[in-house]
Amino acid sequence: MSKPHIHLGISLDGAGAHSAAWQLPGAAEKTLDPARLVALARTAERGNFDFVSLDDSFDLPTIATVPFRLDALLSFARVAPTTTSIGLIATVTTTHTEPFHVSKNLATLDLVSKGRAGWHVAVSTDQTAARLFGRKDPQPLDELWEEADEAIEVVTRLWDSWEDDAVIRDRQTGRYLDRDKVHYIDFEGKSFNVRGPSITPRSPQGQPLVVISAKDQASSAVAAARADIILIDDADIDAARIRRTELRAKIERLGRNPDDVSVLVTARVGESTLRTRLDTLAGGVLPTHSLDLVGDAVHVAQELERWFKSGAVDGFLLQPDSLPESIDWLVDDVAPLLRGQGVIRNDQPIRTLRDRFGLARPQNRYANSKAHS
Amino acid sequence: MTKPLKQIHLAAHFPGVNSTTVWSDPTAGSQTDFASFVHLAQTAERGKFDFFFLAEGLRLREHLGKIFDLDVVGRPDSLTVLAALAAVTDRIGLAGTLNTTFNEPFELARQFASLDHLSGGRAAWNAVTSPDAFTGENFRRGGFLDYELRYPRASEFIQVVRQLWDTWGEDPLVPESNAPFRHEGDQFNIEGVFDVPRSPQGWPVQIQAGDSDGGREMAAQYADVIFSSHSGYRDGQEFYADVKARLPRYGRSPDDLKIIPAAVAVVGDTDDEARELFADIRMQQVSPQGAIAFLEQVWGRDLSEYDPDGPIPDFDPDVDGTHSITRGRVRHIKDPLAVARKWREIATAKNLSIRQLVIEVTTRSAFVGSASSVASLINQYVQDDAADGYILVPHLTPHGLDRFVDEVVPLLQERGVFRTDYEGTTLREHLRLGRAVPGKNSASKTSTKV
Repeated sequence: MSKPHIHLGISLDGAGAHSAAWQLPGAAEKTLDPARLVALARTAERGNFDFVSLDDSFDLPTIATVPFRLDALLSFARVAPTTTSIGLIATVTTTHTEPFHVSKNLATLDLVSKGRAGWHVAVSTDQTAARLFGRKDPQPLDELWEEADEAIEVVTRLWDSWEDDAVIRDRQTGRYLDRDKVHYIDFEGKSFNVRGPSITPRSPQGQPLVVISAKDQASSAVAAARADIILIDDADIDAARIRRTELRAKIERLGRNPDDVSVLVTARVGESTLRTRLDTLAGGVLPTHSLDLVGDAVHVAQELERWFKSGAVDGFLLQPDSLPESIDWLVDDVAPLLRGQGVIRNDQPIRTLRDRFGLARPQNRYANSKAHS
Repeated sequence: MTKPLKQIHLAAHFPGVNSTTVWSDPTAGSQTDFASFVHLAQTAERGKFDFFFLAEGLRLREHLGKIFDLDVVGRPDSLTVLAALAAVTDRIGLAGTLNTTFNEPFELARQFASLDHLSGGRAAWNAVTSPDAFTGENFRRGGFLDYELRYPRASEFIQVVRQLWDTWGEDPLVPESNAPFRHEGDQFNIEGVFDVPRSPQGWPVQIQAGDSDGGREMAAQYADVIFSSHSGYRDGQEFYADVKARLPRYGRSPDDLKIIPAAVAVVGDTDDEARELFADIRMQQVSPQGAIAFLEQVWGRDLSEYDPDGPIPDFDPDVDGTHSITRGRVRHIKDPLAVARKWREIATAKNLSIRQLVIEVTTRSAFVGSASSVASLINQYVQDDAADGYILVPHLTPHGLDRFVDEVVPLLQERGVFRTDYEGTTLREHLRLGRAVPGKNSASKTSTKV
């Protein structure tokens, strides 16, 4: 079954996805300017896109791009109060970061954005990242995702460790809190034990969205079990359709409803004139392994519609060539064509990210269970 | 020759998760809504305060084996809230506590450098050192750190963080300006490339709060600001003289470290009205149930059968119980028998009930009076070197600072001892500290090999 509307997100990483984008005059240093990031997010919001994303990593960058970046989650916290409806999906890695911190930081991003936070779960694969912490050796991929799986379990339990009505402010008994509604999570796993509860009350969405890139068997397995949004990177429409079908089957086998999970393909996107200019700057056309949508607005809109309508994907995470040029073009030229076709939503801006993906605010897993304090 | 007037530094403490914060007042708003943080931060900025501060605790407090439910409980993550506040404020400094035991230097350095970029140079880090196993149960490494090692780890942590902040030259676009780092020490053995270019302040402002000898020494070596609980006149002067005298040892001048005790200010139309107001607030802060819980911390056992308006227990505390009854608190009672004896004497002499006694023994000095009296007192304390300024701890969220900002700040400004507008854009400028220059400080030179 396909969704009524295409889901569209835009990556705001660096100076843009094209390797020459940061060589445009002034582009690199501007990536440190919070006002620029706010302006980009507001442009995406004006286009009624579903979310913007920021990647983050402790690994060395694998492609030539801006050689620095700020903490993704904090960057989106800076954006949150100046936007009202766009989803904010930040990558936070699980390999070296404490799950307790991950949980409260994302719950707080959800708080300051009034329910627009999403967590892109990622792992740190290389020796370089391990040496930044000096706490453990690099781990094989299977082990990294086993640990990520445990981290997600801890984080999502902590998000539920406060029931929504735990704060009672009962003057009669002098109690601020109903402690029967605050729960220890008592997680004991292979990688860590976490007692809980969180120090942070349950956030507006209850559970911010979990996003996972299904890059290999290990990450695909965790994605099928845990993700609300799965990112794939197939460049071929038939390959993508097969992947989505396989993922949906796997999700169903795990007892989840596949319609609750959106499969988005990551796609480079660029307007042809700008692309030519950037390629020249880069000294030639660089190979792209992911889907690459390049052309005029009509062509790109048609491609997005074709992929969506054929059931290959539920939507796209667009990686614009250059910021802000490509995002202006997407919002002002491409999006209106899709809106005209009824492919993207044309309704009043929706407030929470869960609402955008048609997901109800979930029941608290600990509700109606007695605290074992 | 007369001494030039000192300029006062003021900071605002978001009401915390303890009995100081009154949630039961009809005007008390949400303790966790972002709007509450925005109101307090914007009020402090309207008052031209130096910075706005968020505390942290990484485990909910427990009392008698259960989560303590009488005080405010729960708070959002400090760094994330501060980054969001950077969007709705323009000049005020944004300070947060982060623990050196349950964080790692690379990640923390990156977060504060990011906050400094995102706020245009307004970030400050209050480094705390608590290594308790109780909090450690929430972290993968658990309560691994010996109590004696908390300052060695904290000071090595701060040195490494500064080393990372110093790896970048002033221009992020010169790739060779970012040198790889390597640190080998007792606590950390790390190397790599720091990926956040030098932030507007170079080094975010360093705050420290320890009151022990080790804490004061660490502050003298590293801190730009030290918090203390010495808000009185005489104890303030003693603390001030002691800490400032330690600075020359580290090649620092007295102005390099600002002493900012936590203080309470209660403003009324008249001095008498303010005193009544303060008495009412103290009653609110010590609820009947809270008074019993406070007594239980000393007696080390359940006293719920006791009447808060009746006499205090006539038997001695359970000494073993005292050490385990409350977990996750900053302070513990060291000699419960002596404390109980003293309290009994006070209660008998003054004929106090349990609740009255608790109010009596927990009331600390405060600036209480009309706006004019409060302004005079604060100014006198600062000019007489009892402090360089104060971090105000309001008892109400979110309106607890309104009256001070509207009525006391203008009087301080009239006297020429407090800024009428921000002169700079960064917190270092508000605090009249120099910009941190790469490699200038001795700490960054020694930190490659500890």
